[in-house]
Formats: sequence, C-alpha cells, structure tokens
Amino acid sequence: MSDAFQITVDGRPVPVTRGQTIGAALHAAGVRSWRTTRLGGRPRGLFCGIGICFDCLVSVNGRPPERACLLDARPGDEVTTS
Amino acid sequence: MSGQPGSDPVTCDVVVVGGGPAGVAGALTAARRGLRVVLLDSGARLGGQYFRHPAVAVRPGTAGFDRFVRQARALDRQARVLLRHQVWAVSRDDDLVVHCLAPGGGAVTVRCRGLLIATGAHDRALPFPGWDLPGVLTAGGAQALLKGDGVVAGRRIVVAGTGPFLLPVGAGLAGAGARVLGVFEAGGGLGLARHPLPALARAGEAAGYALALARHRVPYRTRRAVVAAHGERELEAVTVARLDRDWNVLATRRIACDTLAVGYGFVPQIDLGVQLGCDTRADVDGSPVLAVDGAQRTSVEGVWAAGEPTGVGGWRLAELEGRIAGLAIAAHAAPDAPAAGRVTEALIRRRGRLRAFGRALQEAYPVRPGWRGWLRDDTLVCRCEEVPLGRIREALRLGATDARSVKLLARPGMGWCQGRVCGYAVARLAGEPPGPPRRPVVQPVSLGTLAEPPHPLSWKDLP
Repeated sequence: MSDAFQITVDGRPVPVTRGQTIGAALHAAGVRSWRTTRLGGRPRGLFCGIGICFDCLVSVNGRPPERACLLDARPGDEVTTS
Repeated sequence: MSGQPGSDPVTCDVVVVGGGPAGVAGALTAARRGLRVVLLDSGARLGGQYFRHPAVAVRPGTAGFDRFVRQARALDRQARVLLRHQVWAVSRDDDLVVHCLAPGGGAVTVRCRGLLIATGAHDRALPFPGWDLPGVLTAGGAQALLKGDGVVAGRRIVVAGTGPFLLPVGAGLAGAGARVLGVFEAGGGLGLARHPLPALARAGEAAGYALALARHRVPYRTRRAVVAAHGERELEAVTVARLDRDWNVLATRRIACDTLAVGYGFVPQIDLGVQLGCDTRADVDGSPVLAVDGAQRTSVEGVWAAGEPTGVGGWRLAELEGRIAGLAIAAHAAPDAPAAGRVTEALIRRRGRLRAFGRALQEAYPVRPGWRGWLRDDTLVCRCEEVPLGRIREALRLGATDARSVKLLARPGMGWCQGRVCGYAVARLAGEPPGPPRRPVVQPVSLGTLAEPPHPLSWKDLP
C-alpha cells in the first residue's frame, strides 16, 4: 500500500496518509462535520478523537455507522455523510 | 493450561485488556515468566493514548517512547497481541471469558484464568454553551490527531481546561505549526507549591513545555476558562473568562479561533471491573476507581488492574503498576517458583512515590463548582440524547435527588456514549460525586453479532 492515497466523501476526493483514521483525514481536509443529530439537526464531527463519544459516526462503503476516529482509512473508501 | 493443540478452545493464563504502558508492561512481564498471554486493544497500534504514534515511521519526541517500542516488539514475540479488538464484556464460568469484537465485527471470546484490566482513561469534559460545535475537541482528541495521524487540529487554536496535560497539548500544537492563541488554565497554578518535592522531580518536564510555549509566544494564563463557544455550523470564536477561585466568571473577552482543545482532567475506564463486581474507591477527585491491593489485585479472584483505572497517575506509574501486576500474576500462577521475579520492596517504594506525585497533581488541579454557572438552560449537557440543562433542572424540580433518577427522568447518559462524556457533569448537577458506571455492554454490539456463535480463541490462534 502506498503511503498516500485517496478516499471519497460524498463523491469528493480526500487525501489520506497511510495509517490515518477516516476521522483524521476528513478533519485535515477541512471537513469538520459529517453528521447531524436526530433532534436538533446539529452538526457533529470529531470531539473526543479516541472512540469514547460517538459524535463522529460515519457510514463507510454502505456499512452501518462506525466511529470515524477508530477506523483506518483504506484506498477507495467511500464515505457518505448524512 | 487446558485444551489440546488444534482448534479446541484454549484457556490462556492471562488476558490483558489495553495496550498502553500498563498493559504492555504487564503482558510482557507475565509472558517472560512463561505464562500464555493474550493482549487485546481496540486501536490499530499498541501505545494507548500516551504512546500513540503514526503508522508511517516517525519517531515522536515522547519521553519513554523508545523503551515502550522495545517492550512492544518483545511482546509481539512472546504473546498474542490482538489489535482492533473491542472488548465489550467479561463474564465468568469456570474461567473468565472475555467477549470482544474482531475487526469486521465478528464475535471472539477468549477464555483465561487471569485478567489484567489496563484500559486507561479518557478526557473529562465539562459542558458549556456551544461545546458541541465542530471544531471543539477534547485536549486528548487534539493530541491523538497530532500523535497518531500527524494532523494539526486547526490553524488558530485555543487550549483550555485544567491540569498539567494542557502544557504538552499547547506545546505540541504550537510546535507543529498551529497558532496557539493561549493556554487557559482554570486553576490557580499554585497547587503544587504545597508539594515541593514531587514538583521538583518533574520540574524538568514541565519547564520544557513552558519553554516551548514561550518560544512560540503562547500565553499561559491561570484562572481563565473558555465559558462559551460561538459559531454557526463550526467554531468561530470562544469567550474566555477570568475566574475567581471557585471558577465563577469575573470578566470575559472574545477570541476568534477555528479550534478549541479542552479538557478538565481524566476519567478512568473501569467498566470491565465494575461488570465483574470489583470493589471501587473514590479517587482524590471523588471519581470511582478500582480498589487494588499491594499486588494490583482487585477484590475479585483472578482479576488485576493497573494504570489509570486504579487512580490517575500518568504513564510512569501505569508502566510500573503493569510490571507489578505481571509479576503478581506470574507468582499467583506458579506459587512455588523461585523468589526471583517477585514484587520487590524497591518496586513498591517507587510505586508509592509515583502515586504520591499523582495524588499531588490531582489535588493541585481540582474541578471547582463555578463551572455550573457557565451553563444556560438551553446548553446541552448530554450531547448524545441532546438533553439541555433546563431538562435536568426540571428533573431535579420533579424530585430527582441523584444522577440515576435524573437519568431516568431526563435521559442524559442514555445515548451512544452511555454517559461517558456527560456522566461527571450530570452527577455534579445532581449534587453527588460520579458513581461507578453500570454498563453491561461496554461497546455497541449488533444483535446479528450476538445471534452468531462467537469464535472461541483456540490453540492455533496462539503463538
């Protein structure tokens, strides 16, 4: 695996350095929120960064929501925000 | 050791949960004494929070890192290290049974005679208006981005909260090229003067960070806190307040910034111990931690704990407690083995000194009650269930007298994070210290996964 590759967020390319989490790659690319809350529709992205708070839930390649801060990005991952 | 070589379930001697300094030292110590050890960690690499490091080889300047890497490499040869495994429960039949989710979501169980809980701690957050805006991160979250991913959390960053951890966070961000507009310590900054000896012992480290902050012209101000965050869809500015000694607001000013890194100390992760019925005690700050004896043994047979779950004290203490636990577990497994390798008086004395230092730091940086005055009725306390302060006040008016009844009436702590983030605040708002967490399932597990028979770890899975 090359040390630099891309994933997409809602079809838009985002650069990744190997070993980065999806949450880190999104945050670094200036995508700071990728989810809205159920009740208030508030934007959410990284908060705790270590898998505690579940704010950064994201859907990758159509899978159910996972914590973006714990999930290593892989080449070609397709992230969809809600 | 029971079971036959092949695919029969194996009962290993020790399962260590957590791959930070305590877990790695404990696992390696036990493995070196001939025990079959399995270490489980949810992360992609060993290190925990303090020794977090990127996948692409970069040598971080973290004190003690080279030594940790040597231990981790040795452990890889002498034990089974299962990364990206999330432990969600521990139960007991004849053995202890550790239930976890493998990468991809499959259920795996590991049977063992001994369990070492080395699950570390996470940041303690306090709520304030706007704290759920994107761009507001915990101090540990900003540090994890920097250490693990090589990502600087923002361009114009404010660091705030309480405790010595704010110094390396501010220095690290400034050193990585961010404009750090200030490190705002809510405490008075005089606390350690009452403990001159341990303070001296670590003065070098703190002075190093203070120098780094000065070199980057980062102001460090005490009795200051971020009491509100502002922005439409993302953070655009914070309100920094000057505080009195109880953290009541005296005066405020606004600072434009894109990122806030905020943390008020740490919450030890003790869920697995509580699940098993281990006794807890109140730490210096009132937070529940696992009670252990001189050999790091909990009140439950076969269960040891080391590092932050037994009391917040930093990586040096965590590593030493891990070693002591590893020695104690080996001695327990083979009581007739020669005395060499037993827990020595020297180790115990060193642990005592490090614990005293940890206690002194916690006493020096307490959370003072005035933070409750920073909140408005519409300020979210629970981010998951979106419960504002007003609803918690309503529950208290309706007669809730403790955090548990507040939770039942207003639902704070009932969402995804199960109260890990808001637990401290909800307990204090209800007028009590935080109690031991009751989480029968520590990680989210799908019903589909529960319906599948779990894969029991067998001989062929072991080194």
